[in-house]
Amino acid sequence: MEHLELFFKSIFVDNMVFATFLGMCSYLAVSKKVSTAVGLGAAVIFVLAITVPLNWLLDQYILQEGALSWLGPEYANYDLSFLSFIMFIATIATMVQLVEIVVEKFSPSLYNSLGIFLPLIAVNCAILGGSLFMQSREIPTLGLALNYGFSSGIGWFLAILAIAAIREKIRYSNVPPALRGLGITFIITGLMAIGFMSFGGMLTGGEEKKEEDKTSATIEMVKQNEDKVADNTNVK
Amino acid sequence: MGLLSKKDSKLILDPLADNNPITIQVLGICSALAITAELKASIVMSISVLFVLGLGNVVISLIRNIIPAKIRIIVQLTVVAALVIIVDLVLKAFAYELSKTLSVFVGLIITNCIIMGRFEAFALGNGPWRSFLDGIGNALGYAVILIIVGFFRELLGSGTLLGYKVLGDPIEKTMLYSIGYENNGFMLLSPMALIVVGIIIWVQRSRNKALVEDH
Repeated sequence: MEHLELFFKSIFVDNMVFATFLGMCSYLAVSKKVSTAVGLGAAVIFVLAITVPLNWLLDQYILQEGALSWLGPEYANYDLSFLSFIMFIATIATMVQLVEIVVEKFSPSLYNSLGIFLPLIAVNCAILGGSLFMQSREIPTLGLALNYGFSSGIGWFLAILAIAAIREKIRYSNVPPALRGLGITFIITGLMAIGFMSFGGMLTGGEEKKEEDKTSATIEMVKQNEDKVADNTNVK
Repeated sequence: MGLLSKKDSKLILDPLADNNPITIQVLGICSALAITAELKASIVMSISVLFVLGLGNVVISLIRNIIPAKIRIIVQLTVVAALVIIVDLVLKAFAYELSKTLSVFVGLIITNCIIMGRFEAFALGNGPWRSFLDGIGNALGYAVILIIVGFFRELLGSGTLLGYKVLGDPIEKTMLYSIGYENNGFMLLSPMALIVVGIIIWVQRSRNKALVEDH
């Protein structure tokens, strides 16, 4: 349930392009044709699904305050979180290179379709943004981090696919000359973002309810425990 | 200008309008849109980018002949990341509230396309002084758009500028509000940033027909 909620939340409510404007540069630059947009979108899903969990591990076991305590008690006081930018970007850059080499070796056809986009991706804000949001939202488990990376990638993919399709069609309409190209793309993206805002209420309504349930459930649990304690004392 | 030759001053003045990094080169859009709901945040963001881009361009230009071409992206990212960490720590120390509002977007200066774009396009092929000017010029061009967008969004969205209530007090109904003016809360939402930038592009391109694209 937790997974399903995060999945839909990252695709629709917190969509990377429409809610936080991540990866706008490549979104605008590579959305002239649907086929290239699909290639880049697939590469983004792929790289996000790899780098977010990896950076989660880094964050949990090296960077967070007290994360080094697995090395021994004398390391428990270190707080390396100021290094997270440089560690995250280094991980992303190396992973992108590694993925490029591996894909080229094992699947030349995939390399031909993704290959030219991979180097672009190292400097795509969506990738680093995914890792930084993962850190600031304090995602609790590795599974959820994987889910978060994958689903925000899908959200980005949907966004670029939609705008590429619209841009292919808009060629046939009569746009004011000064707005042609970039200007109209901005305005369409704005309108799409307004549309996506309507997803906002989809999950928040459920969330509040759930929290209530949780508190009432914990109260019940506490009560039960008290009863048990009481029982024990009776038996004794 | 006595200090700068004509060629050098062109480096600074060009990006302000006709070769603006945001509206013409389409670089660095992400941060331009996300943090412009307040004028103050836009100004701080512009200063941070000015610092990172100015210094980063100089550093890259100094080491441009020793970087192996194959790993240059990683080297560039490391330089930017180091500079951004400095900015982030300074912001956390002196403007903690603001660094909370900017949240991850300070970190995202690393992947701000303006920076990598200028490194690739300019600093790798020019000397340190010219690269410095180019960096400053492009950062100023970026700042101009950020400040225009931030100005309109804060003024129309919450009726304030830098936190001062320039249009009067909405609760006590003074000045403009006394004749029935209302804030447009919609301006504070993210989609409006896109539309405001779209309008800026529109205005700029209708003034200068040479910039109009085919499609």
